[in-house]
Amino acid sequence: MGRLGFSTLSPMKHRIDAIFSDLQARDAKALMPFFTAGDPDLTTTADLLRAADTAGAAVCEVGFAFSDPVADGPTIEASMQRALDGGVDVQGVFDMVRGVRDQVSLGLVAMVSYSIVHRWGLERFVSEAADAGFDGFIFPDLSLEASGPARAAADAAGLTLSLLVAPTTPIERAKKIAAACSGFVYVVARSGITGARAALPPELTDRLHALREVTDVPLAVGFGVSKPEHVRDVTTVADAAIVASALIDRMQGADQPLDTATLMLKELVGGLA
Amino acid sequence: MPTPPTLAQPDAAGYYGAFGGSYIPETLHHAVLELSAAYEAAKADPAFAAQMDELNRDYIGRATPLQLAPRLTERAGGGQIWIKREDLAHTGAHKINNAIGQCLLTLRMGKKRIIAETGAGQHGVATATAAAKFNLECEVFMGTEDMRRQRPNVLRMQLMGAKVTGVESGSATLKDATNAAMRDWMATSETTHYTIGSVVGPHPFPLIVRDFQSVIGRETLAQCRDQLGRLPECVTACVGGGSNAAGMFYPFTQDPDAHDVKLVGVEPGGLGSEFGKHAASLTHGRPGVLHGSLSYVLQDDDGQTSPVHSVSAGLDYPGVGPEHAYWKDSGRVTYASVTDTEALEAFQLISKLEGILPALECSHALAHTLKVAAAMPQDQAVVMNLSGRGDKDLDEVVRVLGL
Ligand SMILES: Cc1ncc(COP(=O)(O)O)c(C=O)c1O
Repeated sequence: MGRLGFSTLSPMKHRIDAIFSDLQARDAKALMPFFTAGDPDLTTTADLLRAADTAGAAVCEVGFAFSDPVADGPTIEASMQRALDGGVDVQGVFDMVRGVRDQVSLGLVAMVSYSIVHRWGLERFVSEAADAGFDGFIFPDLSLEASGPARAAADAAGLTLSLLVAPTTPIERAKKIAAACSGFVYVVARSGITGARAALPPELTDRLHALREVTDVPLAVGFGVSKPEHVRDVTTVADAAIVASALIDRMQGADQPLDTATLMLKELVGGLA
Repeated sequence: MPTPPTLAQPDAAGYYGAFGGSYIPETLHHAVLELSAAYEAAKADPAFAAQMDELNRDYIGRATPLQLAPRLTERAGGGQIWIKREDLAHTGAHKINNAIGQCLLTLRMGKKRIIAETGAGQHGVATATAAAKFNLECEVFMGTEDMRRQRPNVLRMQLMGAKVTGVESGSATLKDATNAAMRDWMATSETTHYTIGSVVGPHPFPLIVRDFQSVIGRETLAQCRDQLGRLPECVTACVGGGSNAAGMFYPFTQDPDAHDVKLVGVEPGGLGSEFGKHAASLTHGRPGVLHGSLSYVLQDDDGQTSPVHSVSAGLDYPGVGPEHAYWKDSGRVTYASVTDTEALEAFQLISKLEGILPALECSHALAHTLKVAAAMPQDQAVVMNLSGRGDKDLDEVVRVLGL
């Protein structure tokens, strides 16, 4: 069990909502690491989810490898390609999550390109994901305007749907997007693609305050968040920090990727405000 | 006869029937909205139309001729074959029609830089050309495999001052170049316009590109009335992303007298119908999401894009514009495919019989046009869009045919 101990949750209550309300009650913040499922294999991904849970992460984004991830930089693109080259498929990811679900208290959010969801069929994808033990979805290329059916399907399955707010999103639109989200809003920290960065954009803190003004939905911030200081900076205002490329980069360079990831996860959790 | 209401496409959200839409990261939403607004404003501005007319005439060299191909007609032994000479447009392909139009929109939006993806290099050349003319910074993304097989176009782009960035990921072809351009745009959209080269991508790109290319079909309708004294029985065009075909077909779908004109898009059949051996999205694909819109795509049961193959770099793409998907399902346009070998034969045939060296892309259209003409009585006519010239393909044709 991880530190939050939600194993007794009734299946119909949103695990994600419970995680954030528990954190808020304790004035605590969430680390949300991202892993590409199947990079380099699904056994490793399951190990990483358990390691993240132990290290004190609250939610994990489980990335479904896609052949053409246009929002992703070289690190995640290469990670997804390794997963696909290793033969991972959607069913395999569901099966892996089903195996890990009862071993972790983490919220598990599926990060999936809409190309994959469309091919499976929205209803089928959502119900299979729910059945496997996922708690929520991020469809990074689904617009607010087109998100109605996905939100309805997620609601019906008792899962959350998080849409993205970008730096280019006007604040009135951000408010509408937040209202269409359940669980948390995914706040994109910088224009551009995913990838580790040395520094956060200077205007980010003001932006987070502005978003805080227009919504009560928890804010999770990603794109470029790379080290404990970044985690501290964003969680000083927002509810969660999402770290993806920096973790993958570190594991790629390591002899013992799992130990390296565990260490880095602990460092990142240590950064939480 | 009134135009059927179903052909008033797309709707406000960019859907052509069930296809199209806008499947993009939120980061790009603002840029796409801004483009829609700029395009609507331009359409309502008579000065914009006048500027386009002048550039079409004086810079691109329009109208391009429509001409009878007598020796091809004789060879096919049936109906008359007429060809619309987009190869004679400035820079040697239809791509310039769209590149000039989108450059003007870029200027209207106050942006200083344009980016583009390119496969055959024709759209890259057209964009580099327009950028030079209008003093815009230009970067073109091109798969390294395409840089190899369309080398003359890489040099042309560089001479015109564009930066050509090679893309090594995936199959290093058009799909991967498109990914790279979209990634650049994610970070730069406030100062940069992404000049998409075909009727693909999120709304409003398929609409804008179709409209700029529709000059082809409008001219062809007028030239047919003038030169044939009537409309032809059939019109053909090759389909990669589908812009030359959409530009040719769209005015025919709207003209009340053209309802009986058969419209045929010709896809790259590659080496055969097996998985990975072709790039015929409409013939062998299924509805799916790729590069921002819902259309026919070649992908597996998990939505992963399939590998594709065509001898022609400009057709070597696993998706197709959403309006073609709509036309296919509505039955207004039919889609055929021809193999690499058939296209290479047609390439040589028209060179020898008409003294025209065509691009490998429209050599596909020609291969099918010969079959269509052969099945027609002599008093009927087929018009083929010869979308570009083939100088860029010489090295590759020589290599593939071992000449
Ligand atoms: C001469 C020519 N024709 C056709 C195409 C295919 O594109 P589309 O289907 O958009 O006309 C290309 C693309 O590069 C081209 O260069």
